[in-house]
Amino acid sequence: MQTAPEPSKTEKEEHVSDHPHPDHLKTDQQSGAAILTQCLVDQGVEFVFGYPGGAVLPIYDELFGDERLRHILVRHEAGAAHAAEGYARATGKPGVVLVTSGPGATNAVTGIADAYMDSIPMVVITGQVPTGLIGTDAFQEADTVGITRHCTKHNYLVKDPAELQSVLEEAFRIATTGRPGPVVVDIPKDVQIAVPSRRVAAKLTASHRYAPQMAAPAEQVIEAVEMIAAAERPVFYTGGGVINSGPEATRLLRQLQDITGAPVTSTLMGLGAFPSEHPDWLGMLGMHGTYEANLAMNKADVMVCIGARFDDRVTGRLDAFSPDSKKIHIDIDRSSINKVVPVELGIVGDCSTVLGQMIESWGARKPQDLGEWKARIAGWRARECLAYPEKSAKDPSAIMPQKAVERLRALTHKRDPIITTEVGQHQMWAAQYFGFEQPNKWLTSGGLGTMGYGMPAAIGAQLGCPDALVIDIAGEASIQMNIQELGTASQYRLPVKIFILNNEYMGMVRQWQELTYESRYSNSYSDSLPDFVKLAEAYGWTGIRITEESELDAGIEAMLAADGPVIVDCMVAKDANCLPMIPSGAAHTEMLLYGDAHEGTMDDEAKALV
Amino acid sequence: MKIAHDNAERHVLTVTVDNEPGILAKITGLFTARGYNIDSLTVADISADHAISRITIVTGGPPQVIDQIEAQLDRLVPVHGVVDLTTAGPHVERELALIKVTGTGEARVEALRVADIFRASVVDTTTESFVFELTGAPDKINSFVALMRELGLVEVGRSGIVGMLRGAEGS
Ligand SMILES: Cc1cc2nc3c(=O)[nH]c(=O)nc-3n(C[C@H](O)[C@H](O)[C@H](O)COP(=O)(O)OP(=O)(O)OC[C@H]3O[C@@H](n4cnc5c(N)ncnc54)[C@H](O)[C@@H]3O)c2cc1C
Ligand SMILES: Cc1ncc(C[n+]2csc(CCOP(=O)(O)OP(=O)(O)O)c2C)c(N)n1
Ligand SMILES: [Mg+2]
Repeated sequence: MQTAPEPSKTEKEEHVSDHPHPDHLKTDQQSGAAILTQCLVDQGVEFVFGYPGGAVLPIYDELFGDERLRHILVRHEAGAAHAAEGYARATGKPGVVLVTSGPGATNAVTGIADAYMDSIPMVVITGQVPTGLIGTDAFQEADTVGITRHCTKHNYLVKDPAELQSVLEEAFRIATTGRPGPVVVDIPKDVQIAVPSRRVAAKLTASHRYAPQMAAPAEQVIEAVEMIAAAERPVFYTGGGVINSGPEATRLLRQLQDITGAPVTSTLMGLGAFPSEHPDWLGMLGMHGTYEANLAMNKADVMVCIGARFDDRVTGRLDAFSPDSKKIHIDIDRSSINKVVPVELGIVGDCSTVLGQMIESWGARKPQDLGEWKARIAGWRARECLAYPEKSAKDPSAIMPQKAVERLRALTHKRDPIITTEVGQHQMWAAQYFGFEQPNKWLTSGGLGTMGYGMPAAIGAQLGCPDALVIDIAGEASIQMNIQELGTASQYRLPVKIFILNNEYMGMVRQWQELTYESRYSNSYSDSLPDFVKLAEAYGWTGIRITEESELDAGIEAMLAADGPVIVDCMVAKDANCLPMIPSGAAHTEMLLYGDAHEGTMDDEAKALV
Repeated sequence: MKIAHDNAERHVLTVTVDNEPGILAKITGLFTARGYNIDSLTVADISADHAISRITIVTGGPPQVIDQIEAQLDRLVPVHGVVDLTTAGPHVERELALIKVTGTGEARVEALRVADIFRASVVDTTTESFVFELTGAPDKINSFVALMRELGLVEVGRSGIVGMLRGAEGS
C-alpha cells in the first residue's frame, strides 16, 4: 500500500482554524480503505479491536500485511468494544473498534453505550451497505447512525470519500478532547473502495462547532479558593473526570490536597486518583461507600466536586444530600453542572487546568485548623464499616469474599496491578477492599454497569500495558456474558488473570431481593454453571479452584506464578452481602452496616428506585 | 405510587447548527430521550452557502430544566450556540398560518371582515372559500383561528414560531 508523508503537527493544527483548504490533505490515489488505515496510523493507533464481515472486507484487505497496525480479532463485537474501553482506560489513548454492518454494529452497541456513560475515548468504525443500497433494507443493513445517535458523543455516515480523512481526524479529536466519549464513523462499502480525486477539509473543523473550555475564569478560581480557605469542614469529592484529565490532574489533586488539608473521597470511577494509603483518604462514597466518606459528605460545610457528576448511586436521597455544604463543581461538561444537585459555584473547565489555577491562586495561604473536623472523621472511621463478619451464617466454613479480595490485594499490591471487574457484589468488594494508589489501574463499568465488561477490558488493558499484571475480579454470572473472549486471550498469548468470586448467585440481585422482596430469589441462582477449571483448560488457559480459606494464598500465588492466562474459580460464601449500603432513596445518614438487620420489604416509592 | 409532574414555564430557544444530516433527529431525539417538551420547532438554513441552520424551539419546564436543555443542546458537536430569548431580553416571536374557511352568505362576509381586522391577507379564493395568510404572535393566530372556527374553518396550517431579539445586537 502507498504511504504518504505524515503531515507535521503544525500543518494539522493549522487546518483546524482554516476553512476548506485542501492543501494539507494528501492527494495521492488512495482508496477509502487506504485513507482509513493511513489515518489510524497518523493518529498513533496501535491496536484495532475488530471482527470482519462483508461490509468491511475492503478495510480488512487493506489491513492484510500492514505491519503498522495490529488487528486484534475478538470473538464477539461486544468484546471488541469493551477491549477498546479497557485499552483506553489503562493507557489514556483512544480505543479503536472495527466491525461490519448490521449485526456487527448492533453487537457493539452495548460497549459504545458503556463508553458513553463512563466518558471513555473510543472511535468505532462500522461498515455500511453501499450508498446506493442505503434505505432499501439491504442485506445486513442497520441504521447504525440512528441506533447509536444517543449513545455516542458524535457520529457520522460518510457518503463522500473525499471527506473521509477530515471526518476521521475530527472523530479522533472529538473522542479524545473535552469530555471524552465514543464516536462512530459509519463507512459504506463503496466509499471504502472509491478513490477520491480530491480531499475536502470538512466544514467541520471550525472552532465554533466544537471547542471545549479548558481554563476557568480567574474570578471563579479566586472565589473557589476563598471558599476552601474559609471552610471548617471541607471535603473533596473527586470522580472519573480526574482520571479522564490525565496523570497531571492526579498529581495536582494530590498537591491541592496537601496544601489545603481537605479529606478526599471519590466515586467508583475516580478510584486511584488519590492514594488509598493516605491518611486523609476517606474511601469511596455513595451506595456502597464507607461510613466516614458518606458522613463527611453529609456534615461538610464546603464540598468541592472535582470531575464527578452527582450520580444517584452517590447522592442517595437528594433532599438529604450534603445539606449544609456550599458546593463547588468543576466539570468540563457544562451539562453536568446543576443537573441534579444545584451548586453555589459551577466551574466549567478541565480538572488539571483548573486544579493548576487553584494551586497558583492559593499561593501561600494557610487553611483553617481542621483538627476538630479530622477528629470527627476519626470517630466515624473507628466504626470500621468495612469489618465484615468473619464467617458466613449459613456456611461457616466458606471463604468470605471480602477476605478473598483482601488476600488478592495483599499478594499483588507490590506489583501495582491493573484491576478490571464485572458487575455485581464482587465489583463493589473490589472497590472497597482493593485500594488503589495510581490512576488508570481500576477499570470498571460504572455508569451502564455492564456485566461482561471485565474480561475483554482486561484483554485491552494487557495489550496496552504488556508488562502489567492484569486481573479481572469477576462474578460467576457476569463472566459468562463474554466468556467467548477466552479465545482472544489465548490467540494473542495475553497472560490475563480472571479471579471469580463464585457465590453461585447473581449476588447483587439476591441482595436486593433480600432487601426488597422478602428473599424471594426469583431467577437469581446461577444454575448449571460450567466447570470453570475445565473451561479454562479447554481454551488452553490454566484453571485453578480454591474452596478452602487455607488454599487461598497458595491459589493466588499459583495464579501469579503461571506465565499464561489463568482462571481462578474461588468458591465463596453464597450468602455474603455487600455493606455498607445506602438503600435506594435513603439518605447518607441511613446507611445499613454489617450487623444491621436488612431483610424485608419496601414501599412502592422505594421499590421504584434503581 | 405517584408520578411527579413539574410546573412548566414557557421558553423560546434559538439554536444555530451546522446544516448536516441527522442534526434534527439528534435534537428532537435529545428532547424525547430526556423527557423535555417541544411545543413548536422550526428550522431552515440561513446562510448563503446553506451550511448553517437556525432552529427555533418553544419548550417548557422549570428553570433548572430549561438550563439543562440549553446545556444539553450546547454540547452537541454540530451546535454553535443556543440563546434563550425568554431570558435574553425583549424579543419578537412570529408565526405564519394558512387558514382555509368555507361558507357563503353572511358567514363569508363576516370571515372577510374579521380577516381585515387581523390584517390577514387572502391568498386563494373560490366563490365559497378563502385561504387566509396571517403572520403574528401565536396569541393573535390563536384568536383568529378561534373566530374562524365559528365561520366555517376547514383547515389550519401553522409554521411554528421563529423568534429574534429586539435591538441592534445580534444574539
Ligand atoms: C452495582 C453498582 C454499584 C455502584 N455503586 C456505586 C457507589 O457506591 N459509589 C459510587 O461512587 N459509584 C457507584 N457506582 C457507579 C455509578 O453508577 C457511577 O458510574 C459513578 O458514581 C459515576 O462516577 P463519576 O461521578 O466520577 O462520573 P463519571 O461517569 O466518571 O463522569 C465524569 C465526570 O467528569 C467530567 N469530566 C470528564 N473529563 C473531565 C475533565 N478532563 N475535566 C473535568 N471534568 C471532566 C464529566 O463531564 C463527568 O461529569 C456503582 C455502579 C454499579 C454498577
Ligand atoms: C448486562 C447486564 N444484565 C443485567 C444486569 C443486572 N445485574 C447487576 S449485578 C447482577 C448479578 C451479577 O452476578 P455475578 O456476576 O455472579 O456477581 P455477584 O453479584 O454475585 O458478585 C445482575 C444480573 C447487569 N448489570 N448487566
Ligand atoms: Mg455471583
